[in-house]
Formats: sequence, C-alpha cells, structure tokens
Amino acid sequence: MSAVEAELPEPASKIELPVHLGGGGEIPTFDVTLRVRRYDPEFSEESKWEDFTMTMYGTDRVLDALHKVKWEQDGSLSFRRSCAHGVCGSDAMRINGRNRLACKTLLKDLDTSKPITVEPIKGLPVEKDLIVDMEPFFQSFREVMPFLVNRDHAPTKERLQSAEERARFDDTTKCILCAACTSSCPVFWTDGQYFGPAAIVNAHRFIFDSRDDAGDMRLEILNDKEGVWRCRTTFNCTEACPRGIQVTQAIAEVKQAILARQI
Amino acid sequence: MWSWVGHRITGVVIFIFLLVHVLDTSLVRVSPEAYTAVIGAYKNPIMGLGEAALVAAIVFHAFNGLRIIAIDFWKKGPKYQRQMLWGVLALWAVTMIPFLIRHLTIVFSNFFGGN
Repeated sequence: MSAVEAELPEPASKIELPVHLGGGGEIPTFDVTLRVRRYDPEFSEESKWEDFTMTMYGTDRVLDALHKVKWEQDGSLSFRRSCAHGVCGSDAMRINGRNRLACKTLLKDLDTSKPITVEPIKGLPVEKDLIVDMEPFFQSFREVMPFLVNRDHAPTKERLQSAEERARFDDTTKCILCAACTSSCPVFWTDGQYFGPAAIVNAHRFIFDSRDDAGDMRLEILNDKEGVWRCRTTFNCTEACPRGIQVTQAIAEVKQAILARQI
Repeated sequence: MWSWVGHRITGVVIFIFLLVHVLDTSLVRVSPEAYTAVIGAYKNPIMGLGEAALVAAIVFHAFNGLRIIAIDFWKKGPKYQRQMLWGVLALWAVTMIPFLIRHLTIVFSNFFGGN
C-alpha cells in the first residue's frame, strides 16, 4: 500500500437507501408477558407464579426477556446462564411446558398472545427461582466414568482412529450437560436413583469409542435396575435435547450392547 | 410420552379385568348356579360398552407392545417410533371400527330389540 492511499479517508457510502426501506429493515417489536415460577426459601416455602410484561424485539430470545426483567424490573430474579449461545448448557428451563435452552428459544417462535411460562427443570431440587441443584445429575454423570480409559502405553502422537470409528459415537459427543433430557424423563421425576439419559449418553460416547478400554466396565455399571433398564422409551429426552442428539437411540444401543455381551 | 401413558393405563385396565375374570370363572367350581347368575348379570348395555372399552384397551396394548418390541430390538426402531405410533393408531382404528359395529349391534339389539 502506498503512502498516498493510506492518507485518504474512507469514502462515504455511495448508496443512498430509499426512505421506504427504513434503512436496512426495522426489527418488529411486540409485547410479551413472561410468567415465571418464583421460589425463594428465605421468604416462603411456597413457589408462586409472577408475571412480567415488557416490549421485546423479534430477534430476542427468552434469555433476553429474562435479562430485561432482572436488569430493569426485578433484580432478585435468579437464573443460570453463561455463554448465552447454546454451548455451555447452563440455562435449560421449562418454557411453555417443554424443556429448552432459554438462549436458543426465540420469542417470535412462541405464542406471544398468551403469557410465556418459564419454570425450573423438573426432577431436581429447586434452590431459587429457576436455579436447581444439579448435583444429583452430575453424580450420575461421574459414575459412568466419562473420560478416556486406555491401558496401553501413552503414545508419542495422537491415538489414531478411522473416520468410521469416529462416526460410531459422533452423535453422543454433542452433549453439553444441560440436563434438559434427564429432567424431561417421567421415570427420573419419580425415581431420582435412575442414571438418567444424559449419563447414558456420555457413557455411550466412550463405550463405542475404539480408543477406549473400559467399555465393559461402563456396561456393567449401566446393567442395573437403575441403569439402562429403567428406560421406558417415552422419547421425551430425544424431543427435549437442544443439540438434537438421538438420546433414546443411544440408550437402545447401550441396551443391545449389554445383551450382546452376555450371549 | 402419551403412548407410554396409554400403555400403562390400558395395562392396568387389562390387569383388573383379568382379576375379575379369574374370580368369576372360578365361581363355576363353587356352584354352577352362582356362575350362571353372575354371567347373566353381565348381559346389559353398560357391560356391553365396558366390553367395547376392554377390547379397545387390549387392541391398543397389543399393537403398541409390538411397537415397543420393535423400538428395543430393531436397529431403526427408535428412528421410526413416531411413524410406528401412527401405524399402531391406524391398526387400532381398522380393528375397532368393524368390531364396534358388530358388537354394539348385538349388544343393543339383544337389549332393546326384545329377542
């Protein structure tokens, strides 16, 4: 680049947008009512519904509405969120009766003529408002040994794997541990001892990994009354998963692997 | 989830029927007259509708049971579970419509027809 060019200021845009286009298109706004299940054990043992009405944009998500409530209307509203882009798995909640991530649910996709209900996920103890105790969920996750176990000597480079071997467990690598699946399972609601779909998905991820040596041990852990055999194939988990993992399919594959091993 | 709820409810209904059925059938060992009296008491339209409901429950439970077996043992079962549920409901309707026409005709003609 020559010195003369560098000194020139950036030219102003030559394109004048006609007025009727409104400069790149306006984002439609609408009024929404958020009906949030509030619970604060410091004030009351009873949880109750509370309505918040606000004007939101067509590009906003449920998480944006929750932020607006917390920042502008009621700072005591409590919920978890970290990345706000559907990767960290912090903000799974029950929106209009379905488990979803608040950060992936656009308001315009919901029926905004009625209040949008927001509740904590079911089956785990509520701590405050939308925050639940995730410890039972992570306890089951830890019990399936969600890490690579390989008894060979550590190689000096990567452990190689064919594309087919990698594809075998590709679906279950997508899990973000948001608990939307486990807390949508009617079996888990009534039986907290059940491992739950998320733990089985993460076991599946290693059981079918060609580099892993502890598949038998994981199958043994899951071959239990409270393991895969508690699954009643209601498919709630598959429908709830914000990552589109075929959860019930993964559980069925683990069941079949246990049966195949015993024959 | 609702197919599972339906499967549970029809399962309990069938269990209760079998319980009553075993009890009334075993009455024949106690006294054939008592058995005849009890069976005779079933011959009214309310029991006729009850029988229709029982057959509806059994037919759903049977077809959905086959669907669950397919989900568990057929590789593509979980993928096609929703289509299979529609299949179950279609088979249920195909079985129930002719049965109901025949069954309810018999029940109501016996009662109201005066034969």
